[in-house]
Amino acid sequence: MTLIHFAILLPVIAAAGIGILYRYYKKIHLGWFVLPIPTVITIYLFTLMPAVSNNQVVHETLDFMPRVGMNFDVYIDGLSLLFAILISGIGALVVLYSIGYLSQKEKLGNFYVYLLIFMTAMLGVVLNDNVLMLYLFWELTSISSFLLIAYWFNRERSIYGAQKSLLITMFGGFLMLGGFIALGQITDTYSIRGMMAQIPAVQESALAPLAIILILIGAFTKSAQFPFYIWLPDAMEAPTPVSAYLHSATMVKAGLYLVARFTPLFAFAELWVWSIIAAGLVTLVWAAFNAIKQDDLKAVLAFSTVSQLGLIMSLLGIGALAVQTGAAEQVFTIATVAAVFHLINHATFKGALFMIIGIVDHETGTRSLKKLGGLVTIMPISFTMTLIASLSMAGIPPFNGFLSKEMFLEAMFAIGQADFSVLADAAVLFPLLAIIGSIFTFIYSIMLIRGIFLGKKMPATPKTPKEAPALMLIAPAFLTLLVVVFGLFPNVLSGSIIDPAAMSILNISEPLNTEIHHWHGWDSPALWATVAIIAIGTLMYIFRDAWRPVYRLGSDAFTLNHLYDQGLIYSRLGAEKITDGYMSGYIRSYLIYIFGAFVIFSLITLINTDISFDWGTTAPIALPDLLIVLIILAAVAAILITRSRMVSIIMFSTIGFALSLLFVFFRSVDLALTQLAVEAITTALFLLAFFHLPKRSGNAEPRGFKLNNLMISAAVGIIATVIGLAAYSNRLFDSISQFYIDNVYDLAAGGNMVNVILVDFRSLDTLFETLVFAIAGLGVFVLLKLRVNKEGENKFEEHP
Amino acid sequence: MEILIIIVAGIMIGASVYLMLSKSLIRIIIGTGILSHGILLMLLTMGGLKRGGIPVLDDSVQQYSDPLPQAMLLTVIVITFALTAYMLVIAIRVYRELGTDNVEELKGVPREDD
Repeated sequence: MTLIHFAILLPVIAAAGIGILYRYYKKIHLGWFVLPIPTVITIYLFTLMPAVSNNQVVHETLDFMPRVGMNFDVYIDGLSLLFAILISGIGALVVLYSIGYLSQKEKLGNFYVYLLIFMTAMLGVVLNDNVLMLYLFWELTSISSFLLIAYWFNRERSIYGAQKSLLITMFGGFLMLGGFIALGQITDTYSIRGMMAQIPAVQESALAPLAIILILIGAFTKSAQFPFYIWLPDAMEAPTPVSAYLHSATMVKAGLYLVARFTPLFAFAELWVWSIIAAGLVTLVWAAFNAIKQDDLKAVLAFSTVSQLGLIMSLLGIGALAVQTGAAEQVFTIATVAAVFHLINHATFKGALFMIIGIVDHETGTRSLKKLGGLVTIMPISFTMTLIASLSMAGIPPFNGFLSKEMFLEAMFAIGQADFSVLADAAVLFPLLAIIGSIFTFIYSIMLIRGIFLGKKMPATPKTPKEAPALMLIAPAFLTLLVVVFGLFPNVLSGSIIDPAAMSILNISEPLNTEIHHWHGWDSPALWATVAIIAIGTLMYIFRDAWRPVYRLGSDAFTLNHLYDQGLIYSRLGAEKITDGYMSGYIRSYLIYIFGAFVIFSLITLINTDISFDWGTTAPIALPDLLIVLIILAAVAAILITRSRMVSIIMFSTIGFALSLLFVFFRSVDLALTQLAVEAITTALFLLAFFHLPKRSGNAEPRGFKLNNLMISAAVGIIATVIGLAAYSNRLFDSISQFYIDNVYDLAAGGNMVNVILVDFRSLDTLFETLVFAIAGLGVFVLLKLRVNKEGENKFEEHP
Repeated sequence: MEILIIIVAGIMIGASVYLMLSKSLIRIIIGTGILSHGILLMLLTMGGLKRGGIPVLDDSVQQYSDPLPQAMLLTVIVITFALTAYMLVIAIRVYRELGTDNVEELKGVPREDD
């Protein structure tokens, strides 16, 4: 347990304290107590930065379950440090913001406990070297996300969104685990470092494509890539701080982290590279296109997040090409740098935008674009921040979004011109899709600014709008400040964070020395693409009424959401049908399943094992023994045949008493005595019950029914006999009885071995046996006396 | 002797299964009773039968019969009794509430007016 392990676990440890604190102390907003936790972690992580920037790694091992290869191995390189700082840093800002956003009337205890669990889970994902532990934390992020989406659990949409996100991300997570296990089979290790050392083995393995597909599904579901993105818009039912944190800045980037982390390992595979690029680009365009038709501000941002995740995903795919071709291809290396850079930028501008929209919602009471407008004079600070963040998202200079978007376009042009045999003709698609996606991005960014703050003032908002309190403005203001600073001085980041992270993805050790420039010269295709995006975007925005009807095309029946809903309904119906098929509700069916299984499995075992029947010397059969055995058999036969209950009860008692005689012959006096006593009481009991049971004897049982029963019972009887014989003639171990015989007097000072075993050697068993007896007695009493009266209350009957 | 007893036990187990599959509650209860009797015999036989004296310490006895199965079976007898009693009471209660002892008729939701 080192400091870094402690840092990962700190939030979840603190969560316990926070939960208890909230029960007893509610004067001060709980958020103030939570705030120091992510802040301290962020500061601690920054102290690690100088070392990591110098290409050193932190590797700490903590044995957790070493026998299955599941260890808590922390591994920090540039990539994981970048994510960890994002998680804790944005976490601190989100907590600060939530203090203003959530009033003290809400269930703050739940909120902050979930949030802290999420922090640990997310840090655990990005700082782990062991894939099994990574999976564990990965699923924990899904669970905490589920809890946070369902935070307002009395709303139907919250429940729906929470369930959807859980089903989709856990589906992916589970497949991802399969991918990890396949990788573990290939490389015989669950450490990512260990796998990296065996790239040739992975390359040769036939299992590798399977591992790639499964891991990619995990990454795509988590990072909301097409076609799995549908959970993210519904996750917007969560409180806005959660949307800003989990569903924009951190959790949805876990998939990107996974792809980046495994790129050195899988980059050799065309499948890996092209799946990522294709999924990323399709997501980018499709989600950006859909963002425009949304009316809810958070829905716009949700689709925008999906689209930006697609952008980063496609950049990582192109970066993988850099690994494949040996990092010599300068342009593809730039793609990786751009991916990392855009990841940071997206966290800043999208985090800020989410928080501002939370403010708008908080102050006006609505998030509908139709109901908002003209807030610029009322909320000037929010407007300024929205302007900066949106323009950054749209890729307008001089903000940071422009820089990374420019690098993105450059990479797309480069791949369009590169000569790859697989896509000779389709190459032109890459820059084209990139530009189309960017145009839509531009349009919805402008839509946000115009729709909320400009235009004519809407009088119909549920609350009278006013500027938000300073407490809520600090966090988005800080992020907006970062947008500007990173935009003006991008090279602050490049040496310290971006390069180490990109080097981890590219798996190289020589420094990249990236310099990010605003100006690439007149001949840069990216420059002209940006100009084109702005020009076309502006035109399309002005004439938006002309082309918006395109969204009304297509029927609801063909959407992915419809598919998901139907799938859910039909899987439920299907499961119900299957279950109803065998859960008939008749005790007989269940008994048949049990006996059938007993017969079948015993038969299989008996056939497959080599059993010899050798019973050696057996005791001689005396005449009295034989007589009693015959009595028992006759009584059994009588019970089977008779229809009179009286006869069957008498015959049942006969068996019991005959048995006790048999025990006497077998030198088991204690058994015989007990059996006699118990049999007497049982008979009395049966006769008592007889009085209360129906006079009519037996129920009509058709011949087929009886034949069926006969076959099953004969099979069970025969199998039981065979097992008995086999067990008797094959002794695997010596009996432990001799121990009791030898020590009965020395250890327990008793002479009667059976009694001593019961009350001394195995006294706990006997104690619990009395407990069973007591429970049965209570049950008998309650069943006879307790009645439910008309009001549904339990009541004891006075006169039974 | 042992083989004979094992076969008898097997027959008892088979018969008990037949009874347990029938429709009448009382037959099911008797079936479970016989099942436990059959298993009693089966287990007792596993330690060998009539191999030495009664398992009570005595200096003159050289060999005792196996005390361990006997101790276990004592528990079985007692627990079976508790089980039988409990099942009988369930049967009584079921008949009193629902007016039938046919298990095939027990399935379903009780009528509202009861």
